[in-house]
Amino acid sequence: MRAVHGWLLLLPSAVLLGVFTHWPVLGTIWASFHATPRAGRPAAFVGLENYAVMAADEVFWKSLANNLWYALATVPVSIALAILMALWVNSAMRGRTWLRMAFFTPTVLPMIAVANIWLFFYTPQYGLLEQLTGALGLASRNWLGDPSTALACVSVVAIWKEAGFFMIFYLAALQSIPPSLAEAAALEGASRGYYFRRVVFPLLMPTTLFVMVNAVINSFRLVDHIVVMTRGGPNNATSLLLYHIYNVGFSYWDTGYAAALTVVLLAILGLAAAGQFALLDRKVHYQ
Amino acid sequence: MKSIWHLVAAGLAAVVFPAVAADVEVTFYYPVAVGGPITKIVDGYAADFEKENPGIKVKPVYAGTYQETLVKALTAHKSGTPPVTAVLLSTDMFTLIDEDAIVPFDGLLQGADDHAWVKSFYPAFMANSQTGGKTWGIPFQRSTIVLYWNKALFKEAGLDPEHAPASWSEMLADARKLTRRDAAGHVTQWGVQIPSSGFPYWLFQGLTTPNGAELMNAAGTQTYFDKPAVIEALQFWTDLGRKDKVMPEGVIEWGTTPKDFFEKKIAMMWTTTGNLTNVKKNAGFDFGVAMLPEKKRRGSPTGGGNFYVFKKASKAEQEAAARFVKWMTQPERAAQWGIDTGYVAVRPDAWKTAKMEEYVKGFPAAAVARDQLQYSVAELSTHDNQRVTKALNDGIQAALTGAKTPAQAMKDAQAEAARILRSYK
Repeated sequence: MRAVHGWLLLLPSAVLLGVFTHWPVLGTIWASFHATPRAGRPAAFVGLENYAVMAADEVFWKSLANNLWYALATVPVSIALAILMALWVNSAMRGRTWLRMAFFTPTVLPMIAVANIWLFFYTPQYGLLEQLTGALGLASRNWLGDPSTALACVSVVAIWKEAGFFMIFYLAALQSIPPSLAEAAALEGASRGYYFRRVVFPLLMPTTLFVMVNAVINSFRLVDHIVVMTRGGPNNATSLLLYHIYNVGFSYWDTGYAAALTVVLLAILGLAAAGQFALLDRKVHYQ
Repeated sequence: MKSIWHLVAAGLAAVVFPAVAADVEVTFYYPVAVGGPITKIVDGYAADFEKENPGIKVKPVYAGTYQETLVKALTAHKSGTPPVTAVLLSTDMFTLIDEDAIVPFDGLLQGADDHAWVKSFYPAFMANSQTGGKTWGIPFQRSTIVLYWNKALFKEAGLDPEHAPASWSEMLADARKLTRRDAAGHVTQWGVQIPSSGFPYWLFQGLTTPNGAELMNAAGTQTYFDKPAVIEALQFWTDLGRKDKVMPEGVIEWGTTPKDFFEKKIAMMWTTTGNLTNVKKNAGFDFGVAMLPEKKRRGSPTGGGNFYVFKKASKAEQEAAARFVKWMTQPERAAQWGIDTGYVAVRPDAWKTAKMEEYVKGFPAAAVARDQLQYSVAELSTHDNQRVTKALNDGIQAALTGAKTPAQAMKDAQAEAARILRSYK
C-alpha cells in the first residue's frame, strides 16, 4: 500500500517527463532510422542511411568542431568569471546591491534583443569595439565577417550572458559558508589565497558541479544569438550543432536527418553529464 | 432527463456541423513579427474586404518573420489544419509544391475577368510564381535590389553628385575615389558595400544577371553555379574587398549596412527597395537611388512575398481566398500598399493611378525599382530550395573571406547543388 502511495505521488511528474521528454526521445531515435516523409509518401525504413549521410556532411563536422571550441571557451571562462564576480559582490562594500543587479542583468534580457545590441558592438568602423581599438590606434577589423574572429565573438556574447546567472549560485553558496571558518583561517595565519584555495573552493564544489553541468548543456543549447548575428556564417565558421539541426529540420524540412543529428546531440549531452557526475562526484564534498 | 440529452446533442451538433449559411472563414498568415503600422493597414484591408463581401470573414494571423511563417504554415499543414491563404516568400514555391501544401490559382479562377487578373502583373514577378504552366503564387509585397548613393560624399570626392555609376567599371572607379584613408592608412570611408551575410546569393544575382549568367533553370531542377560568367561575377565581388580595397573585407552584415550608410562610413550601398522608406527617414543628407550597374546588360533579381492558397482548405474557402487575393491586388490598393510600405507595386496599371503618379512626381526615387523591372530576373529558387541556396551562400562566403578561390568555391557549390537536386530530375 505504501508503494502505491509513493507511485501516486510520483505520477504527475513521471507523466510529464514521460510525455514531454522520454517519449519524444524514443520517437526521435525511431525517426532517425527513417527517411523524411514527403508529400503523400510515408517514412520508409532506411536503417543507418541518415547516419551515413551525417558522416559525409561537412557542415555537420564543422558544426561539431565549432561547438567543441565554443564549449571549451564558454564553460571555463564563464565559471571563472562567475566565481570572481560572486567573491566581489559578497564582500562588504557600498553599492553591492547595485553591482549584483548589474551583473545579473544580462541573464534577464532576452537573447535576441541582446544579440541585436552586440551586433552593433561588433560593427566595423563605428561599433563600440572598433571605437576602443581605434582609440588605441589599431586597424579596423570586420569582427563578425572574418572566419578567424567570428566564433570568438559569439562566444564572448554567451559568456557575458551566462556568467551573471552562474554568479547567483556561487553567491548563495558563499553565503552558506560559516564565517567561523574564515576566522579560524585568519587565526592560523592563512593567507587569503590559501584560504580560498583550501577552504572556499572545495566548499563550492557541489555548486561548481551543478554549474558546470548547466554550462556544458548551455554551450550546446544557446544558439539564439547565432541566428541574429551571423546565421552560422561566414562559411559555417559559427555554425553550432543545434543551429545546424534547426536548419536541417526547419529550413530543409529533412526531418529524418534532423532526428539523426538530434540523437547525436543527445548522446553527447548524456555522455558529458554522466562523465561529469562520475569524475567529479568523488571530488565533491557535500557538507 | 431526456430533454437534457436533447440539449447536449443539439449543442454538439452545433459545434460539429456548423449551419450551412455560416460565413466562410479565410485564415490568412501574414509575415510580420510585431504590431505596428503594417498590421494596422492589413487589419484595415481585411475589414474593408468583409464589408464589400458579406459571407466571407478574413482572419489575419501575424506569424513572425518569413521563415517563422513558413514553419508555422507547413507545421499546420502537416497536422491537417493549415491556413487558407498566406503570404510567403516567392522562392518557397517549390518547397510548398514538394510538400503538396498548395493549389494553383488556375482552378480557382471564375470567368474572363479572373483570367485577365492573373495576367496583369509584371512578368518579372510572375517568373517566381509560375512553373509547369500553372500559377501557384500571386505577387503581393515584392522588392528588388537597387543602389543607394550619398550625393554629399560624391561631391566631396569631386564626382558628379547627380550621376550614379552605370557600369561595373564606373562603380569601381567611383568607389576608388570615394574610399578615404587617414594618415595612418586606416580606412575612414569605404566606396561601396554589398552585404553578404544571411542571403548573399540574392545580392550575388545582382552581379551574375548583369554578367549575362543565369543561376538555375525555370523548372528548378538544375543550377549553373560553375559557369565562367558566374565565377567572373564572384571574382569581381571578391576583388572589391580583397584586391581593389574599396569595400570592407570579409562578410558584410546585411542588417547594419543601412546604418553604415547613415553614418557616412560608406558612400554607396546595395540593398532592397524595401529600405527606401527607412533611408528616406534616416539619411541626414541628399541621397540618390539608381539601378544596379551593368556589365553586359542591366539586371537585378526580384524578391519578396507572394500569396499562396493551401490545399487542405475546403473548395469554398479556397475560392473565398482567391477573391480576397484578387481584391488585395487591385491597382488602387497595390499603389497605396507600395506608397505605404516601399514595396514595388506589382502591376503596371497600379503605376498609372493618379495617387501613384503624384507620389512619384514628389519622390522620383520610388520609380527606379519599377524601371529596373524590365531587366529583372527570378530570385534563385529550386527544389529543396534552402539547401541549394545554402550551398551557394557557403561558396560565396568562402570566396569573400579568402578560404577558397572563386572558381573553386563555385565548383564545390555546383557539385553540392547537383547532389541535392539529383532526385528531382
